[in-house]
Amino acid sequence: MTSAEPLIQTTRAHRVRRTRRSRMRMALKNAPLSAWFGMGVILCYVVIALFAPLIAPYRETQVFSEAFAPWSHEFTFGTDQLGRDMLTRLIYGARNTIGIAFITTTFSFAAGMTLGLLAAMYRGWLDQLLSRAVDVLMSIPSLIFALMLLSIFGSSIPSLILIIALLDSTRVFRLARAVGLNVVVMEYVEVAQLRGEGPVWMLRKEILPNVLPPLIAEFGLRFCFVFLTIAALSFLGVGIQPPSADWGSMVRENATLITYGDVTPLLPAGAIALLTVAVNFVVDWFLHSTSGLRDEK
Amino acid sequence: MRLNSVAKTVLQRLGLGLITLFIVSIIIFSAVAMLPGDFAKATLGQSATPETVAALQHEIGLDRPPVERYFSWVGKMLKGDFGSSFASRTGYRRTVAEIIAPRLYNTIFLAVMTALIAVPLALGLGIVAALYRNSWFDRVVNTVTLTTISFPEFFIAYMLAFLIISRDTFAGTEFAQSLPAWLAISINWTLNVVPKFPTLANINDETPFWDHVWRAALPSITLTLVIVAHMMRMTRAAILNMLSSPYIDMARLKGMGPMVVVVRHALPNAWAPIVTVVAFNLAYLIVGVVIVEVVFVYPGVGQLMVDAVRSRDVPVVQACALVFAAAYILLNLIADIISIATNPRLLHPR
Repeated sequence: MTSAEPLIQTTRAHRVRRTRRSRMRMALKNAPLSAWFGMGVILCYVVIALFAPLIAPYRETQVFSEAFAPWSHEFTFGTDQLGRDMLTRLIYGARNTIGIAFITTTFSFAAGMTLGLLAAMYRGWLDQLLSRAVDVLMSIPSLIFALMLLSIFGSSIPSLILIIALLDSTRVFRLARAVGLNVVVMEYVEVAQLRGEGPVWMLRKEILPNVLPPLIAEFGLRFCFVFLTIAALSFLGVGIQPPSADWGSMVRENATLITYGDVTPLLPAGAIALLTVAVNFVVDWFLHSTSGLRDEK
Repeated sequence: MRLNSVAKTVLQRLGLGLITLFIVSIIIFSAVAMLPGDFAKATLGQSATPETVAALQHEIGLDRPPVERYFSWVGKMLKGDFGSSFASRTGYRRTVAEIIAPRLYNTIFLAVMTALIAVPLALGLGIVAALYRNSWFDRVVNTVTLTTISFPEFFIAYMLAFLIISRDTFAGTEFAQSLPAWLAISINWTLNVVPKFPTLANINDETPFWDHVWRAALPSITLTLVIVAHMMRMTRAAILNMLSSPYIDMARLKGMGPMVVVVRHALPNAWAPIVTVVAFNLAYLIVGVVIVEVVFVYPGVGQLMVDAVRSRDVPVVQACALVFAAAYILLNLIADIISIATNPRLLHPR
């Protein structure tokens, strides 16, 4: 061990190791316009979601006397079917819709990634069992499955989060397992195994750092997918329930306005579309810059 | 010998498909078993007597062992009896089959109509984009499709509806009046080019065929926009992948014309990925159908399922889920079988 130390020091002297931050700065400098646009949009959404009570002109469920009021100085985008300020609902909607989608994606990742990497590490019956279960879950379209489960458990926010996280973790599992399989055959993993490291160490220190880039990109894509699924379910009236402001249900509740040539119902739908486009742009760039890998969804 | 290996693989896939369908049917069936214990009480309301609760439980079959219930459910289903809706009351029985049958026809009508428009369009666009890679055409099509992929279905649907309604309302809006007159008039003129498709799909049993087509036009265009983007991108990727393989270079170097290279050399190997792409997207239609039917109030299975979920009418939800899942599995199975049957390597084993 002692003889190895000077060797490491000399190589270090020759080549300045880039820190993570400087590498990030370099990558950012070369980012294309679409990625910058995407990051800007995401930042705006995050700020709006975090500081919703400070930005919004009124309270989330404050009701005014006039329903479906036109755009005016008082109500920037008019009011909705119950006379609540549209702009306020849009701002709080960012908080609810994005927040729930983010929590769901995190759950789905925690479960999918852990199980996927475990399956890759241990193979055998565990792998078989999990893979076949995932095959079955994936043989029903997830929106249909979600609708069915929601009809049984009723639409509350916790059941919405758990159901979608479960259905979505199947896709994370497949990717994590596939990427993990390539890593577990590496020599350094074998060395760690021979050293007698425990499963937690193996997962966190040996495998995880090497499978992270494709999984981070997948996080973005899965977030889009979860976000769209939740918006679709809310739009169908079985997702996030009133009086919580949410973009999907806002579209449905105000849809009648479209027949009078009013664009207001398109605003929440547009907000959903803009965020998914932005995330897609960033993911696209990230995939290009971390590897040549690009999967067409 | 050669037919044998293909037939064996096809049979294997068929068996696998059947097993999947079997497991899926068990999952869908156990939906009722997973109902919270007080479900009967909850649907009947506070004033329910223990007798009525027991009667409902008996009707749903919650008082029999699950295995027995499953086989009687499957047995009835194979005979076309999906049970009766929770919405039926004594003396007024509404069977799930009679609720679903006309709607299934409508949904299949919409799906077939969409597929007839979308599949040739997407394959054509994809092949052209792949052949003229990095041209302006390729870039425009790519950007547009990446954007539409990110849009929720209902956004596209309402945008189209809005566009059509704007034909009549645009001139009266404040926005139009704030524009210079020539611009407002030319926008109005452009809007009038759009045919006046009905924004509500008002369809019943007596609707004549061409009227049905006309009224289903807007839902169908929405779905087309959604799946063409996916299908075109995947076709393009599949063809590009194919064109970059060494044997295509070989054919080119032999001095074959571009048409011969594509038709004789690339296409036989490209069938499998293309068919997979088409089936994948037709399966994706299933999800789109649910939302688009709700937007345009098109009386199909998707809308029925959403209504049933809202009123927690579990037998109807089960039947709809089974129909969708079976269609999904069947489409994937067909794709698998076609890609096996057209695989040159399997057809000409060494």
